[in-house]
Amino acid sequence: MLDIEIDGKPMQVAEGSTILDAAYKQGTYIPHFCYHKKLSIAASCRMCLVQVEKAPKPMPACATPVTNGMKVQTHSELAVNAQKGVMEFLLVNHPLDCPVCDQGGECQLQDISVGYGGGTSRYQEEKRVVANKDFGPLVNTDMTRCINCTRCVRFTQEIAGKMELGQANRGEHAEIMSFIGQTVDSELSGNIIDLCPVGALTSKPFRYSARSWELSRRKSISPHDGLGSNLIVQTKHERVMRVLPLDNDSINECWLSDKDRFSYEALNSATRLTKPMLKHDGKWHEVEWQQALDYVAHAFKDIAKNHGAAALGALAAPHATLEELFLMQKLLRGLGSGNVDTRLRQSDFSLDGKRSGAPWLGMKIAEINTLDRVLVVGSFLRKDHPLIAQRLRQAAKRGSQVSLIHSTDDEILVKLFAKAIAAPSQLPVLLAQVVKSAAEQKAVGVDANIASVSVTPEAQKIAASLVSGANSGIFLGNFVQQHPQAATLHALAQQLASIIGAKFGYLGEAANSVGAYVAHAVPLAGGLNSAQMLAEPLKGYLILQAESELDSANPQLAMATLKQAATVVVMSPFKLPAALDYADVLLPVAPFSETSGSYINTEGRVQSFNAVVKPFAETRPAWKVLRVLGNLLGLPGFEQNSSEEVRAEALSGKPEFVADQLNNQAQGVVLTLSSTSQGTERIADVPIHFADALVRRAPSLQQSRDAALPAARMNAVTLAKLGVTQGRQIKVKQGAGVAVLAAVLDAGLPDNCIRVAAAHPLTASLGAMQGTITVEAN
Amino acid sequence: MLSQDTLKKIDHEVAKYPADQKQSAVMAALAHAQDEKGWLAQETIACVAEYLGMAPMAAYEVASFYNMYDLAPVGKHKLTVCTNLPCALSGGVHVADYLKQKLGIDFNETTPDGMFTLKEGECMGVCGDAPVLLMNNKRMCSYMTPEAIDKLLDELKS
Amino acid sequence: MSIQPILLAGLDASTADRTWRLADYMQRGGYAALKKILAENISPEAVINEVKKSSLRGRGGAGFPAGLKWSFMPRNYSGAKYLVCNTDEGEPGTFKDRDLMRFNPHQVIEGMAIAAYAMGVECGYNYIHGEVWDLYTRFEEALAEARAAGFIGQKILGSNFNFELFAHHGWGAYICGEETGLLESIEGKKGQPRYKPPFPASYGLYGKPTTINNTETFAAVPWIILNGGEKYLELGKPNNGGTKLFSVSGHVVKPGVYEVPMGTPFPVLLEMCGGMRNGKLKAVIPGGSSAPVLPADIIMDCTLDYDSIAKAGSMLGSGAVIVMDESVCMVKALERLSYFYFEESCGQCTPCREGTGWLYRVVHRIEHGQGRPEDLDLLNSVTENIMGRTICALGDAAALPVRSFTKHFKSEFEYHIENKKCMVPPEVQREGSNIYVTPNRVPSC
Ligand SMILES: Cc1cc2nc3c(=O)[nH]c(=O)nc-3n(C[C@H](O)[C@H](O)[C@H](O)COP(=O)(O)O)c2cc1C
Ligand code: SF4
Ligand code: FES
Repeated sequence: MLDIEIDGKPMQVAEGSTILDAAYKQGTYIPHFCYHKKLSIAASCRMCLVQVEKAPKPMPACATPVTNGMKVQTHSELAVNAQKGVMEFLLVNHPLDCPVCDQGGECQLQDISVGYGGGTSRYQEEKRVVANKDFGPLVNTDMTRCINCTRCVRFTQEIAGKMELGQANRGEHAEIMSFIGQTVDSELSGNIIDLCPVGALTSKPFRYSARSWELSRRKSISPHDGLGSNLIVQTKHERVMRVLPLDNDSINECWLSDKDRFSYEALNSATRLTKPMLKHDGKWHEVEWQQALDYVAHAFKDIAKNHGAAALGALAAPHATLEELFLMQKLLRGLGSGNVDTRLRQSDFSLDGKRSGAPWLGMKIAEINTLDRVLVVGSFLRKDHPLIAQRLRQAAKRGSQVSLIHSTDDEILVKLFAKAIAAPSQLPVLLAQVVKSAAEQKAVGVDANIASVSVTPEAQKIAASLVSGANSGIFLGNFVQQHPQAATLHALAQQLASIIGAKFGYLGEAANSVGAYVAHAVPLAGGLNSAQMLAEPLKGYLILQAESELDSANPQLAMATLKQAATVVVMSPFKLPAALDYADVLLPVAPFSETSGSYINTEGRVQSFNAVVKPFAETRPAWKVLRVLGNLLGLPGFEQNSSEEVRAEALSGKPEFVADQLNNQAQGVVLTLSSTSQGTERIADVPIHFADALVRRAPSLQQSRDAALPAARMNAVTLAKLGVTQGRQIKVKQGAGVAVLAAVLDAGLPDNCIRVAAAHPLTASLGAMQGTITVEAN
Repeated sequence: MLSQDTLKKIDHEVAKYPADQKQSAVMAALAHAQDEKGWLAQETIACVAEYLGMAPMAAYEVASFYNMYDLAPVGKHKLTVCTNLPCALSGGVHVADYLKQKLGIDFNETTPDGMFTLKEGECMGVCGDAPVLLMNNKRMCSYMTPEAIDKLLDELKS
Repeated sequence: MSIQPILLAGLDASTADRTWRLADYMQRGGYAALKKILAENISPEAVINEVKKSSLRGRGGAGFPAGLKWSFMPRNYSGAKYLVCNTDEGEPGTFKDRDLMRFNPHQVIEGMAIAAYAMGVECGYNYIHGEVWDLYTRFEEALAEARAAGFIGQKILGSNFNFELFAHHGWGAYICGEETGLLESIEGKKGQPRYKPPFPASYGLYGKPTTINNTETFAAVPWIILNGGEKYLELGKPNNGGTKLFSVSGHVVKPGVYEVPMGTPFPVLLEMCGGMRNGKLKAVIPGGSSAPVLPADIIMDCTLDYDSIAKAGSMLGSGAVIVMDESVCMVKALERLSYFYFEESCGQCTPCREGTGWLYRVVHRIEHGQGRPEDLDLLNSVTENIMGRTICALGDAAALPVRSFTKHFKSEFEYHIENKKCMVPPEVQREGSNIYVTPNRVPSC
């Protein structure tokens, strides 16, 4: 520790701190623009100049390390003169157009200039004008306002992992731009809006829609991936106008993915369901809540009476809240059916009954930064978990060895130590090789089931890396969870973790994937899982927050099954187009922004939130709807008066973490390495901006690169073998389903595989996400 | 696409730097690419960036930072006259004026026949030879008198 | 006064073109210092000590003691370390390194090899200014010769000393002369200077310990090793060892590079250059365009060394002497210099990026008859807001000419503002800046 003095106040700071760090710790504000705590130090704006005893010149606080005995003056004449001088320079070429600037009211330049700027400008020469750029549908530019702090440039390089922006030209002609004509396509692009201290980069969807001081700020939790990013939702007149990150270093830090940030547009979408609807004689009618709920209660009672309660099933999206899921399963089980599931894209359920607890990340999110060895198995990492990818990117930069086993070789933007890419059916063998090699390197016994695999050099390299680490982590991605041999992959990862002494876990797919287990919204002994509920048609279905034609492992099957059912009740904020066909009742329930509730994120953290706006039209919070349904069905235990009461019941208390319920260990899994795959295999990703009902309805996200139409992607060998010409529209088939897609060359795919994205209307007619797929040659 | 010859020259430059620092060769690579193509089109910059495994924007930053890269087409002969103070004391500006009048163009313009582009240069580090002009970035012309300029232009035209 | 050249020894500039090759250098006793070190197993510490004793100060402009700088390099560092030669000579008025490079490249190579030996460095780069392409190709040839002869490369002269040296050419950016801008440029980036600390000796090229010296600094080293540091010091004056190359440009009869001992009176140098061309001496910028201008009476009393010029209120800098006679309009001269800094600012620091343009535009206005009475105070205040507040010294370099021109020639600026024209009649200015070719020099392409 070093002893220093800032503005006469003595303090102790750690060696290696900068003056700015120290001042921040002490609560002393030093104005700055280019400095940002998560970015490298540029020391170029010069706004943070302070006086340091014995230094002849003012020093930039952001870049000057403290030394023992240092005496700093942040408000001395020398310091203030320097700061005022810099402020004047910043304003000489600034348009001073605050009245029409979207940043007005939240502009650092505006704020600081009030304190440091002079009254009138001494600059009487011509001002610079900088041409605006097209950064895509999310980020708006007003480049004349740019002060060249380069935060956005450093963000793309350092945090997003790809230098999409740069500072071109030099001197006064310097300007921030993307490579000519290219948009900024990072899934983290919206963060540059927050980083920009002036009004040069602003939100395109939010543009001109409100002034910052008119907005109310409410805390919330992102309903998308398993991270559970903390949000500030800004509202005006009961409408969500904008979403910003709420700093939480143990979760999302100060970042948001674009999905977290811009999906709010869907909340104001024209496709919102306004009133309950009933289908009569093939026609839809808007009805009152009472009528709709009576109908549902009757229908369910009838089915239970005539076919037994086991003819009822409930399917919910893992984006539903803990409270909703808890009441849903309670309702079904109260009626006598154990058919409840949230794992809609899963196909192998053989782990059920063998687990010791809810599958989770296996560690705290923040611990990812401390790992020195990482293996990611089966994950479209960057798009499935943008901010976890970001943490791994930083870890790799600090020297952590990150390896990947997967079926595609997308641009991951994490410096990989090793990677092994193989067809989905080959992933178990590949992972088994790593397990075997690790066992050999550690000189421990090799599981007899995998003793016969031969280890490739890549697998050996991955194993060697893991074995050499002191603090390793193995992560199973969404692709593993959806894999037909998910249990085998799990068991292999578990073995590997135990051999090398690593932590292992799942990258949670959805906001409440963990919460679903905790709420028991998964089948327990005797209940049917989601695949069984669709494979063996039931009479009645309750569908909560899910869009079955896009959220199912096999949409073809899901549609066929739901269509023939006697009663399908869909609870959704949206008028789902396919549901108009298969459902009988549509109940408008609240999205996350219009209800209170909780999500349990992938590290087992319980995060509760309140409604940020009133429910839209006749929308009601789903937990309330389920509670009333419970009453109408005459079930006991549906007397809760608030979501807090539901939560307390589901969690027994108000824990911060549900640590005691989390456990990735599974016993008694039979390894099946042999692959039965024939023909061409489908590889299905769930594109980031199609992953759930909200993002699909956010217009700006839908214009982004990540929302491009699905294609049939193959490597050159497969293209040739199937006689397909790159660029042509081809027919892709699974069972009776056909999709017409463009054939695209993707050198990163294994032989005999066709990558066709799921979760998109264009491919919803197809079958299982992983399985055989054929094409018609052209 | 760059020619094999240019790629070979780039490889020679790449070999000077540590194996994981290919980007160090970007300045030379852009210069060689410009020699081949006459100027640096966006595709050419992207090509160089890809060859060196760097972001196109990083290559563009470099191409737009250094004076001698041409991001727009120039004439067959680019003549850069130094008009900085030391040169100006010995006729730099007069030489520039002479060229402007002779070629009928101003600085940053190209003759209609596409033969000559005139540029104003900053100090080239040869002030003792004033007046000087630099031809196509590589050929330094020292002690330039009007007669010498006439001779040079005749030579270039033929 | 007899002058013993050591940098351009035996090199009559008119014939030197043919004598740059290895064989010529060997004939002049080249590589003897390197051989001596390796043959006699002189320790790296002893080499550094000799350089310290010589009082050799960096010839790139700042005049930092070379031996001291070398001693900052970590001794027992396990990874790569680098040595970089700064031949990015682009400071207006400076063209001395060019003569070293075209007439005596092997002396630079030998100096670098010795420095590498002294600091335990195995890889070096020479960064060569963009516009002088022929120097780059020649240096590449010289490197090939030296490599073939075993003076650089692996196991030099049969010893265990390895040193690889490469040429890197710039492509037109003055700022790359600043040592950390130069490092960024070698790394394949824009040449934007880095904030220091960390200094290159701990975090330099590719983040590794690095020493950067000017071409002339390296070229002086072989002589120091062969003749001893004390001898070198004696050539000059205390604290200002050795000889120095001066690039003389402007209104003298024979502009060119002159090697004189440190401490030589300015009038002696002026005389070596054949004196004034036509008119009377008006002012001299003694150390490159960034150095404050000195009026005739002050400079005529100076000796050419760091201390004397500093005392007179300017800087020896890179030894670039720009001589101006009375035909020069000081407003116009400053306008041209201010344009240079405006054009060459790298653009990262706010005061430099915004301030250089401001300065230029105001001076431009004054020169074009649109000056205002408050402009001189404004210029002064703007320079105050730039100086000492930027990452590198370009900010100061842009400010100092403005301050010195407006200080020493205030009346001329005031006249301009008041009368909207210059005191020096336009025809006199035109005549004075006319095309002038040095005697015995012929146009060459
Ligand atoms: C704007 C600027 C330009 C510079 N240009 C040069 C140059 O062209 N050549 C040079 O040797 N040093 C130049 N320097 C000085 C270098 O930063 C550095 O101090 C020098 O190369 C160190 O070598 P020395 O100690 O041998 O002088 C420049 C400095 C600044 C701030
Ligand atoms: S002072 Fe000017 S040239 Fe130097 S780093 Fe700052 S902006 Fe660049
Ligand atoms: S915040 Fe320190 S220089 Fe910008």
